[in-house]
Amino acid sequence: MANYKMHILVCGGTGCKTSESDMIAHNLRSSLQQHGLADDVQVVMSGCFGFCEKGPIVKVLPDNTFYVSVKPSDAATIIEEHIIKGRPVQHLLYNDPATGEKISESRKMDFYQQQYRIALRNCGFIDPENIDEAIARDAYQALGKVLTQMKPQEVIDIIKRSGLRGRGGAGFPTGLKWEIASKVPGEEKYVVCNADEGDPGAFMDRSILEGDPHSVLEAMAICGYCIGASQGLIYIRAEYPLAIERLKIAIRQAREYGLLGNNIMGTGFNFDITLRYGAGAFVCGEETALIHSMEGHRGEPTFKPPFPAEKGYKGKPTNVNNVETFANVPAIILNGAEWFAAIGTEKSKGTKVFALAGKINNVGLIEVPMGTKLRTVINDIGGGIKNNKKFKAVQIGGPSGGFLTEKHLDTPIDYDSLTEAGSMMGSGGMIVMDESDCMVAMAKFYLDFTVEESCGKCAPCRIGNKRLDELLEKITEGKATEEDLSLLRNLGQVIKDTSLCMLGGSSPNPVLSTLEHFYDEYLAHVRDHRCPAGQCKALVHYIIDPEQCVGCTACARACPVNAISGERKKPHVIDQLICIKCGTCVEKCKFNAVLVQ
Amino acid sequence: MSTVKIELKPHQVEQIKQICKEFNNDPGELINVLHKVQNTFGYLPAEIQELVASELNIPVAKVYGVVTFYSFFTMLPKGQYPISVCMGTACYVRGAEKVVEEIKKALNIKIGETTPDGKFSLSCLRCVGACGLAPVVMIGEKTFGRVAPESVKEILQEFL
Repeated sequence: MANYKMHILVCGGTGCKTSESDMIAHNLRSSLQQHGLADDVQVVMSGCFGFCEKGPIVKVLPDNTFYVSVKPSDAATIIEEHIIKGRPVQHLLYNDPATGEKISESRKMDFYQQQYRIALRNCGFIDPENIDEAIARDAYQALGKVLTQMKPQEVIDIIKRSGLRGRGGAGFPTGLKWEIASKVPGEEKYVVCNADEGDPGAFMDRSILEGDPHSVLEAMAICGYCIGASQGLIYIRAEYPLAIERLKIAIRQAREYGLLGNNIMGTGFNFDITLRYGAGAFVCGEETALIHSMEGHRGEPTFKPPFPAEKGYKGKPTNVNNVETFANVPAIILNGAEWFAAIGTEKSKGTKVFALAGKINNVGLIEVPMGTKLRTVINDIGGGIKNNKKFKAVQIGGPSGGFLTEKHLDTPIDYDSLTEAGSMMGSGGMIVMDESDCMVAMAKFYLDFTVEESCGKCAPCRIGNKRLDELLEKITEGKATEEDLSLLRNLGQVIKDTSLCMLGGSSPNPVLSTLEHFYDEYLAHVRDHRCPAGQCKALVHYIIDPEQCVGCTACARACPVNAISGERKKPHVIDQLICIKCGTCVEKCKFNAVLVQ
Repeated sequence: MSTVKIELKPHQVEQIKQICKEFNNDPGELINVLHKVQNTFGYLPAEIQELVASELNIPVAKVYGVVTFYSFFTMLPKGQYPISVCMGTACYVRGAEKVVEEIKKALNIKIGETTPDGKFSLSCLRCVGACGLAPVVMIGEKTFGRVAPESVKEILQEFL
């Protein structure tokens, strides 16, 4: 980093870019230019800082000042006040919600305090489009060590001893996977990185690829060395244009530096990586479906065995790992298996990245040691529930996972505890819900997703989920009976037991777990034709409280179907026969006079 | 397949053949070829699929199977400003459904349709990954975060 005295990092993750962080960087640069400081201060677009809720984030080094919710118009102030006069801009600092104090360093914020970053180690620290910055933070050192000092089996042993398990969801031991692939004979083998992050509400892999693409490239090369492959493929969603762009740049730069391609670091080892694009099919996260998709076919899963390790891409031995799994590998090689194994719980080592979203104060990307309690994640890191509402449930693992409730908040986050509690680790989506979310409607939301994404190959998933969805539809419309609830449960179990792949095998989980934890809510829908959360349209009525209504006519004027009548300055009435339950009156009423029943 | 018949112009035929050639007319590259063709033409009507099939020397049914399997590929032309509402979980719980309703009302089209003047088309997509800004709406290349149902009209105004 040449002669710059100061650096300003501007978050270039998708979330912050959406809030015009490009413009912030541009304004910062032009302000520096104006003041003749362009050679002293460097503006860098970095990867995701994780604190998306408070984006766009701008960080000033070396003093580590962390600015939140920055607007393009704030750029000049930052340069004039902070850079020139040395006074941090107070109104852009983070306000601790508990104490009201201004905090300027990120590590002192609740959001960051309980985090431990391994996979995200470089995200938000480096310019992901500049390989030199990655190298300055040890990128490709692990690859160098592996190629010059270690035998493939020694590397596999380290990964095995570290206890690293697949971060894509299933949690298969990574070292063992590599060992199996290494022992299958074959001249032509492939290393595949699964970047088909299809979970709605999950953005872990995207952030790693956008923030630190080299960690994944390096790990793939290490894997190639271990299993005897010279070609790597990254299967990435076409919906991630920024991650694709940064990967392309990273691959090009790594090739220029001789870190990919032929004769890497002069050791005679050849390894190169190409990209393959997904086209919007959730099922392609399943490894056999992913391989078919890479071959240009419909992404339908096939029966295992044969496992990809024996017969994968183009029928050759193939090792598939997820982005986050790969991102851990270089750190393990450099710091040792024992270092990694000391973090986490007995059977789940290291850390896990989660995309924390939903009705929570601090939406963002977090990484915590395995074994961290859900309560810590939601209350401390997540800053509790938005608008002071009551916590209701947290959904982990996306459409394949389950809902956990208040009583599970002290569950440690690890593969086995989550499975035992009726959810699963999944790839890392974590959606928090509050009291205003109807659990039946949420279960239906996930099932709608599965119905749309089922590849249609096998009947339990294709037909069974459709039937489940119809049952849920009946329930949310108040037309179901208690018998339907037991049908729901039975059918869910059958789908689980008889589906070919994990998409079908796990698709009833959101339904089954809500049935278990929120049976009362289901009962209220079928028995009393009532939606306790007030979300299921068919079951709610809007009425105007005559005590509260001042007769301002705001609701009547806004009502799209003219269902509200009443004289000025007198209580209004909603005609239930005309009302379409759009909720506009609730939004327009300034006196909280419209009640949802 | 699509009902509207189109006729490919000679230079378009040439362009598609060129794209196939870039990928060595390899059937294994079908998805990459389709990505590039859709990028160029905006959609993949039957006529284009037939041409791609003959260039890669595979059955049209195979191309059709792939096009209809993946939600990214479309056989209908999109509007000048395609509107995509994120329906990922984070956006859903923060009210994306109401935003969709509002857009449907404002443009008088359903999901998957295009306005008669060809200006806007409406679709839902699964998670753009900007969950911090939920609910998120994309119009063309531009992304709008924290969209409230009330602000829909104002946002659309920008494109009129």
